[in-house]
Amino acid sequence: MNDIVLSLEGITKRFGSLIANDDVTLNLRRGELLALLGENGAGKTTLMNILFGHYAADAGRVVAFGRELQPGRPRAAIDAGIGMVHQHFALAANLTVLENIVAGTESIGRLRGDWRRARVKLTEIARRFGLAIDPDARVGDLSVGERQRVEILKALYRDARILILDEPTAVLTPQEAEKLFDTLRVMAAKGLSLIFISHKLHEILAAADRIVVLRGGKVTAERITANTNKNELAELMVGRPVTRPAREAQQPGALVMRAENVCVAGFRPLSDISFELRAGETLGIIGVSGNGQSTLGRLLGGLVKPTAGSFELLGATVTEPTPASFVACGVARIPEDRNVDGTVSDMTLWENSVLERIGERRFSAFGLVRRSGARAFAKTIIERFDVRGGVPDTPIRLLSGGNMQKLILGRNLLTSPRILVAAQPTRGLDEGAVAAVHAEILAARRAGAGVLLISEDLDEILQLADRVQAIANGRLSPSIPIEDAEPRRLGLMMAGAWSEMA
Amino acid sequence: MTAALDLFASAGLWAAMLRIATPLIFGTLGALLCERSGVLNLGIEGIMTFGAMVGWLTVYHGGDLWLGLLAAALAGAAFGLLHALLTVPLGVSQHVAGLGITLFASSLAYFIFRLAIPVSGSPPTIVPFQVLQIPLLSNFPFLGEALFHQTAPTYVAILLALLLGYLLGATPLGLAIRIVGENPHAAEAQGLDPIAIRVGAIAFGSALMGLGGAFLTLSAFNSFFPTMVQGRGWVCIALVVFASWRPTRALLGALLFALFDAYQLRLQHIVGKAVPYQLFLMLPYVMSIVALLVMARRARVPQALMQPFRRGER
Repeated sequence: MNDIVLSLEGITKRFGSLIANDDVTLNLRRGELLALLGENGAGKTTLMNILFGHYAADAGRVVAFGRELQPGRPRAAIDAGIGMVHQHFALAANLTVLENIVAGTESIGRLRGDWRRARVKLTEIARRFGLAIDPDARVGDLSVGERQRVEILKALYRDARILILDEPTAVLTPQEAEKLFDTLRVMAAKGLSLIFISHKLHEILAAADRIVVLRGGKVTAERITANTNKNELAELMVGRPVTRPAREAQQPGALVMRAENVCVAGFRPLSDISFELRAGETLGIIGVSGNGQSTLGRLLGGLVKPTAGSFELLGATVTEPTPASFVACGVARIPEDRNVDGTVSDMTLWENSVLERIGERRFSAFGLVRRSGARAFAKTIIERFDVRGGVPDTPIRLLSGGNMQKLILGRNLLTSPRILVAAQPTRGLDEGAVAAVHAEILAARRAGAGVLLISEDLDEILQLADRVQAIANGRLSPSIPIEDAEPRRLGLMMAGAWSEMA
Repeated sequence: MTAALDLFASAGLWAAMLRIATPLIFGTLGALLCERSGVLNLGIEGIMTFGAMVGWLTVYHGGDLWLGLLAAALAGAAFGLLHALLTVPLGVSQHVAGLGITLFASSLAYFIFRLAIPVSGSPPTIVPFQVLQIPLLSNFPFLGEALFHQTAPTYVAILLALLLGYLLGATPLGLAIRIVGENPHAAEAQGLDPIAIRVGAIAFGSALMGLGGAFLTLSAFNSFFPTMVQGRGWVCIALVVFASWRPTRALLGALLFALFDAYQLRLQHIVGKAVPYQLFLMLPYVMSIVALLVMARRARVPQALMQPFRRGER
């Protein structure tokens, strides 16, 4: 049980001046479930990509089953018995499950693929590890959980003895995640060795045997799961004690937004959604990604029109929504994808700060931009919201995700909005930035804004929301008070099973 | 009116369909193979022109007809490699590279042709492929004349469509090409080399385009004109969409288009007095746009088409 199957020795990798991995050494034993913990940008994914041969390291070596791997060649890793489940699945949606799994496994010179033998082998593996799947289903038709199963089967089909899972639970409901960890434990019990990458402390504590913490590209700590706890791990991961700000009780005010049986047609439609939002409260919308959150965000930002139902904003029925009219009504928006909808990457901080309200007198007059006013506005945001890494004339793409998000928050909150629509506001941010964004959202609520928080992060919803509704398949559950929202119940709601609970 | 319908009963119409379809089949299969690996090849028009020239010149200088085809295929592959170099490892815009290759190859074809054959009154000719008599089948009443009075390359084209269908559907190589065209990162994670596969597919596909061009000078006609491809390459690009990226449907699409073309030629003789002939020339293109509208909505596009693959980038 103690034999080492895989070791990374002194791995160093630079991207330009950035050191992604700095002399990382790591061992994996047979039958072990090892967690690699670290914040975004700590170098976890880079390290795993080196291990799997997507990148070649600048220094150091990878040894699997006593043999050094040729760097920069996924084929070498595969042949050595290493399989990787990518965070962004590496699957071809238009091909079948079987095709995705057997591609590249047979010699390319063969005049005929032996699909029948492949099918038998796949069925046998699926049975052994309890990963049921239809080999002829088109991958594009599968649910996210099933796609992940295909990824795991791909590795097992190639007789992987070591499996790397990059943020495997990022796209799963809590129930699916639990099931995944059951499967991983079965695999470890059968002698496979697993490394999984995560920044979610609770699941690491629940699943892993051993935890390696990565920070700033270096291994900073190693713990046996039994001998550590959540607080210690959080501190090891961030490098300093971090506390997320807490919500204080507050009496909600007047109704600011109301939807009754609203439908929106199109890609990922919404059907019959109803909610109410009052001033000074936070309504959380929890759900697994791809269940209509983007459409909901567009509806709340004035980008799409309801096809049925009634949608009221500050007491007036919305008939012909436009983003400009929503902004004018005092709706502040933090878009889901800050790089695509939130900012124009090649424009400067000041340009990005005023784009939404360029028509206002302080930013333009007689068809000309008032640069001094706009720059001053940007400067205020930078100071007041602690945006680091740029001055008003810096192109915004040079900022880190957290600082970009702070600028977006700032340009919205400086205008004292009546409503704040925050879609996935902390996605991809590190722990420090998360705390800052949370503090601002809470401040907006304290100042009397109605906050609608769309999030996939259970912890975030539990910390910030007063009430919560789940979104599943374009439908919204009834709202429940946060006091009644325990993770198990929320999990069921996220799976769309709210009617059964009533 | 009945005269217009009677045309379908003439064996000549169907024989003409097969003849007209042949360069389109080669070209469409070539474009389809490139696109299945994820790369659009708009160099097709120029590559066909160049293939037509090289094939003809080879035969004019005493080469065998089959040697002419081989030379055209190799020349096509060479331009394919140029396109592949630009679009795969260098990842430049596939539209721009393809159009550049079309302009370059067409001009180079005319240039070489003029170097070899200085301006003369009427263009020199060669002896092209002759109709291949197939024992029994060719003597069959009507059907024999309609379907089995063709030159050898036509049969090769039809066979190729079936072979390519089999290659893509049933062989590990075909699966590798498809997965690279759908998601090169998935292919890479399976240990395949997307760059090598794309380069290979483009080179081979472009060789087929060269063959399509050579059919024009070595079988359909017997001399070379710089403008003889006449937009057939673009028709092939449309046919790939029409065929939903499937070789057997590409065969059917090429035949259908060729049928319209053969039909309009004959229709001109019947009603040509009343209606300007240009309208008839438009007919196959109009029909193919209509067919495209119907078919393309359901087409399943290779998802990585026109997306350059860069290692380690997602």
